[in-house]
Amino acid sequence: MVGMTKKNTIFWLCIFLLPNLLGFLIFIAIPIASSLVVSFTDWDLVGSINFTGLDNYIRLMGDSEFWIALRNTFFFILGYIPLVMIFGLLCALLLNKKMKFRAFFRATYFLPVITSWVAVSLVWKWLYNPNFGLINYFLSLIGITGPEWLNDPNTAMIGIILTSAWKDIGFVMVLFLGGLQNISPTYYEAASIDGASKIRELWSITIPLLAPTTFFVTIISLINSFQVFDQVMIMTEGGPGGSTTVLVQNIYNYAFRYYEMGYASAMSWILFLIIFIVTLVQMKFQSKGVN
Amino acid sequence: MNEQQLKRRNLIKKILFYLVLIGGAFIMLVPFLWMLSTSFKPSGATMVFPPEFIPENPTTENYKEVTEVFPMMRFLWNSIFVAVLTTIGQIILSAMAAYAFARMHFKGRDKLFLLYLATMMVPTQVTMIPQFILIKEFGWLDSYQALIIPTMFGVFGTFLMRQAMLSVPRELEEAAFMDGANHFKVFLNVCLPAVKPTIATLAIFTFMQSWNNFLWPLIVVNSNDKATLPLGLSLLEGRWGTDWSLMMAGVVISIVPILAVYLFAQKYFIQGMTMSGMKE
Repeated sequence: MVGMTKKNTIFWLCIFLLPNLLGFLIFIAIPIASSLVVSFTDWDLVGSINFTGLDNYIRLMGDSEFWIALRNTFFFILGYIPLVMIFGLLCALLLNKKMKFRAFFRATYFLPVITSWVAVSLVWKWLYNPNFGLINYFLSLIGITGPEWLNDPNTAMIGIILTSAWKDIGFVMVLFLGGLQNISPTYYEAASIDGASKIRELWSITIPLLAPTTFFVTIISLINSFQVFDQVMIMTEGGPGGSTTVLVQNIYNYAFRYYEMGYASAMSWILFLIIFIVTLVQMKFQSKGVN
Repeated sequence: MNEQQLKRRNLIKKILFYLVLIGGAFIMLVPFLWMLSTSFKPSGATMVFPPEFIPENPTTENYKEVTEVFPMMRFLWNSIFVAVLTTIGQIILSAMAAYAFARMHFKGRDKLFLLYLATMMVPTQVTMIPQFILIKEFGWLDSYQALIIPTMFGVFGTFLMRQAMLSVPRELEEAAFMDGANHFKVFLNVCLPAVKPTIATLAIFTFMQSWNNFLWPLIVVNSNDKATLPLGLSLLEGRWGTDWSLMMAGVVISIVPILAVYLFAQKYFIQGMTMSGMKE
């Protein structure tokens, strides 16, 4: 760099970095720090702020509502992850082949991904309608009396899981398509010389070589699904009978319905802790993969 | 197996393959088609069994009602306004900061960038409570500022742009400095043109995120006047929860613009989504 003095650098830094840095501090860094502080208080947005130490966290441990929300979140994850992974991979395998209308099919499978959660949830709520919904109509065609779906505590979460998987399959598919393109064709050439069947190729080449992608996609889906909210809020609002209340729904309720900011903040830090642990595991595995 | 048998087997395989593909496309498309069909039904026609796939007496009444009785066009405008400004702000702010992080030398640069990166791990649910309190203190509740300004500062955008700018060749920059250019000229004439695809990707990604955002508007907006489409739809549902044809008309209105953008810039959508996956 020619003729750059120190004063000069400071001038340009103020222009380039300062606006972003200020916004970062005001809307991201300081909120994170203050959220941690608030989680140790009993603030209700109007009264005075009292430090209550670990009280919120202790209360959380004994709060059955919180444990139910945690259990529901895990139930969601347990249903959702295998569905999106398996069908996302299947779609990627299908659409990785050369074929007619490939662009059309890819666009179709990706369509739900670009649609907002609110729009998707409303459409599915209509599909799930027990009396006039399309799903129970299709079920009736094969002689099955459909369930009450979102109105029944036993099936409401299943309904949310199916909708969520439907929406995100295209996203997982795109990530897998990227992984498939990174597998060198020479492996398949060698396999076909050896006369390996397609199924054999899938088990011995594609799936093992896709492992890093699979791991990555699992972690991403896991982190996202701990934050599941929009579809729950629109489709069931956590009901019926708390059967679909998830972590973020619980945080939302405490913060913006009951105004218990301290308690809600403590909950959000538990959420962070869970995501942090998942991320750490990912980093550990990734660095292993590099070596 | 003779040649004819082999040919036939391949044909059957091909047919099966396409059947599976079409079956998948069917599952992906039917909810959208059903939504579209419902939106053209007179309200009584949603309560028939077996359902009508193609409305017997199609009507555009629902679109009229949802835009006249309900401020759907207002929501549409709010969504466009907020998404466009958020995107422009995010691009400018992250590109400039990225330039500082990638192309300038200053003390503590890498430590500061590490702080940026560290905050990416924190879920939005942690920051939303203090952000809400801040917005309330600023007196910004139920305003465009509340919807736009906090969402302009995405760490992910800065990260993405920095990665792109790191790959700009030094020689280009040095030649420009030799010719007497200053940082601003180098930024504008050397760096930005070199990272155009990343800008497009970030633009689409930010636009879509803003367009589909529900939780933040739900927290800071409480009137029809400033509600964006997702929030507006949820209000529509609260009011006419059982009038499915009306609601589906509203949903169609909310999907069409983003669909148009998607068809126009498919490649960048997919890149944006894939990269957003990388951020965690």
